[in-house]
Amino acid sequence: HVERATVDGPSLSFGLVNASFRDKGNMSRKLHARRIEGIDKNIWVEFSQLAADYKAVNLGQGFPDFSPPHFIQEAFCKALNGGFSKHQYTRAFGHPNLVKILAKFFSRIVGREIDPMEDILVSVGAYQALFCTFQALIDEGDEVIIVEPFFDCYQPMVMMAGGTAIYVPLKPREGCGPVLSSADWVLSPEELASKFSPRTKAIVINTPNNPLGKVYQQEELHMIADLCIKHDVICISDEVYEWLTYDGTKHVKIASLPGMWERTVTIGSAGKTFSATGWKVGWAMGPGHILKHLKTVHQNSVYHCATAAQEAVAVGFQREYDVFGTEGSYFQQLPKHLHEKRLRLADCLKSVGLKPVLPQGGYFMIADISNLNVDLADPSTKDEPYDYRFVKWLIKEKGLATIPVSAFFSPEHKDEFQKYIRFCFVKEDSTLQAAEDILRQWSDSK
Amino acid sequence: MASIKHKNTKRIEGLDKNVWVAFTSVAADPSIVNLGQGYPDIPPPSYVKEGLAQAAMVDRLNQYTRGFGHPTLVKALSKVYGKVYDRQLDPFKEILVTVGGYGSLFSTMQALVEEGDEVIIIEPFFDCYVPMVKMAGGKPVLIPLRLKSSSAASSVSSADWVLDQEELASKFNSKTKAIIINTPNNPIGKIFSRSELQAIADLCIKHDTLCISDEVYEWLVYKGHEHVKIATLPGMWDRTITIGSAGKTFSVTGWKLGWSIGPEHLIKHLQTVMQNSLYTCPTPLQEAVGQGLLRDFELMGKPDCYFTSLALELEGKRDRMAAMLRQTGMTPVVPEGGYFMIADVTALNQDLSHMGDDEPYDYKFVKWMIKEKKLASIPVTAFVGEDSVKQFEKYIRLCFIKQESTLDAAEAILKSWNKD
Repeated sequence: HVERATVDGPSLSFGLVNASFRDKGNMSRKLHARRIEGIDKNIWVEFSQLAADYKAVNLGQGFPDFSPPHFIQEAFCKALNGGFSKHQYTRAFGHPNLVKILAKFFSRIVGREIDPMEDILVSVGAYQALFCTFQALIDEGDEVIIVEPFFDCYQPMVMMAGGTAIYVPLKPREGCGPVLSSADWVLSPEELASKFSPRTKAIVINTPNNPLGKVYQQEELHMIADLCIKHDVICISDEVYEWLTYDGTKHVKIASLPGMWERTVTIGSAGKTFSATGWKVGWAMGPGHILKHLKTVHQNSVYHCATAAQEAVAVGFQREYDVFGTEGSYFQQLPKHLHEKRLRLADCLKSVGLKPVLPQGGYFMIADISNLNVDLADPSTKDEPYDYRFVKWLIKEKGLATIPVSAFFSPEHKDEFQKYIRFCFVKEDSTLQAAEDILRQWSDSK
Repeated sequence: MASIKHKNTKRIEGLDKNVWVAFTSVAADPSIVNLGQGYPDIPPPSYVKEGLAQAAMVDRLNQYTRGFGHPTLVKALSKVYGKVYDRQLDPFKEILVTVGGYGSLFSTMQALVEEGDEVIIIEPFFDCYVPMVKMAGGKPVLIPLRLKSSSAASSVSSADWVLDQEELASKFNSKTKAIIINTPNNPIGKIFSRSELQAIADLCIKHDTLCISDEVYEWLVYKGHEHVKIATLPGMWDRTITIGSAGKTFSVTGWKLGWSIGPEHLIKHLQTVMQNSLYTCPTPLQEAVGQGLLRDFELMGKPDCYFTSLALELEGKRDRMAAMLRQTGMTPVVPEGGYFMIADVTALNQDLSHMGDDEPYDYKFVKWMIKEKKLASIPVTAFVGEDSVKQFEKYIRLCFIKQESTLDAAEAILKSWNKD
């Protein structure tokens, strides 16, 4: 630690300061802002790197390894050849063609007139919509209820905004035998109610849920809504997987329940909707008086989102608006396509002694690994949670990448959920086949 | 009725107003010649567009890429800038890809500025600097560029606008966390000379402050001038974040890709902000920019390198615009770089008293000019703090990265100015 050089004369200062800390930087004061303390670790960075290093069959990170539908790729090509304006700035809060069709499309679903200019903000992926929401609405001292297991970014985002995360877990229902479906994981109404306090600013729900795949039923959402209304709390509803439900399960938008539109921010994703996660187009939708604060954050952070991708997504939604509910709709075809993959993976996991939780919706399936007795003799992971150690072993020894589920739990509850790993099944059949081969080979060799 | 709990957070208090909201709706009216907002109406180079079309055809490139920057792009950036900086740049630790230069500024402020910090900003400044510093809890400390009294009235250059050295030194104190510089500067077009940058560097080192150098217009440098990177001055690499922009480099502002380059111990904090705010930037766009950079890297220093050819093309437009404005009676400040020009409208003696008292003169002039002359520009006081309004309220900003037909239309308006 060097004292700040306060000598006069530039060359002398330079000599003193430059001589030290060449590799640590020659500044003696603390550089980073407090808001980023404790949020520098990230599981994706660690596990994506590992999967790449070991060239593992990747059922880890959640993205399709097949192409987006032809009509959306075509729309993108058309957009980028559509004149100079498609390569220059568009409207900051959302490309007019896109916000108009989103308003039209979702008005029909939510059952109310959504204003494209006031009630919608387009963002760089749903991720940035979440960021704008927390930055706009969460002040120091505000409490945010997070239902676990949760998409990992909610916790650091709440922290960066100075808020306090209060966790409430989904738990396997008592007395229903071996839990087989995500529908069996539920909230305890009493426990949930106990988490609300005068400091509660918001609650975050994710339906369909990542990693569990739970799709909240009407009654469950009513219970949450009642509490939001009673305690005057904002609901942040992450619905990026809204089109991916199986076995006839219906996705319900909490914003469509009585008393909820005026206090709900609903988050959506073109990446998940159109299997183009690399386009990073998302949105937040809600009442103008709340959205305007998200817009303020947006205009002071990224300001604009890329134009051509927004134009392409607009064309995609127009097409889906026209064929909605019919067989030709991508929103029908994709879940149908994934339905089989989901069942196939579940069967394979069962056959090798893993206990999958069959998801009602979404991209992912978790499986209980406690039946396997693997000798994880890797000293480098000695102090890590069991599921982290198992996942790393599976990557290194078997070449199969998954994600440890305790990463989606709070520090307080991580220990109780160390025996699940998460698989992404939104993959080509060849990828799933390769994963199956690895698992069967391993099972056969035991 | 909106609940009191639905109020905005403290960090964005007062940051909802924005000069662009008022003036960009103007762009929608096709009868108005728009020299206001800074974006090209000339097409981007064809190989860049083609690169995007090709990238979009590759399955993997439509899905998530590396959060801190797509490998093709960060490697290309480390190549190009490695040459410019004459230093080995680690593509993974010393570079962060962001949503435009704007996103780099945001990541930098959120990572490195907090309550109690002062940040020096030079006026006129790209308008987002002040609200971003405020959102991070910092206190903006402003210092204006001043017109040298020695400059001839008829021929003013952006080089005639300088900082008063004593005044600059007086702005630094123990609370100063950083100084933001923008070179080439928006709106004036000034390119800070090596000695001017050295003076700033000396103060940064003396007071142990950071330097945030917004160099998005770095390739748009006109004959006789040189863009110098403050990060290359002795003692500065370790304390400087340098910001660049694909949008400005390749005339694709709508791609919203930019980058921060700096030492690992600073960039890692920006990466933390990135991973907790939007995580990753669009993949196909990054691939296309990476390919474009690799192509131009091979041509660097040659006239058909886009970095050079664009500047050559714009120099002609710059000179043409300056001549048009002079002819009307305005006094343009000829920029050394960038694609904006400010002009002094004092000599026109336009009486705007009928427009009331509550706005600076330039805001009124710009609105009057849109209405009466169908020509759009931006008031320069949008880029300064309250205390400097009087100094800048006779200036308007015009953007000249426009195709010849747009400039023809502007010329027609300016030529017939006094005929009404």
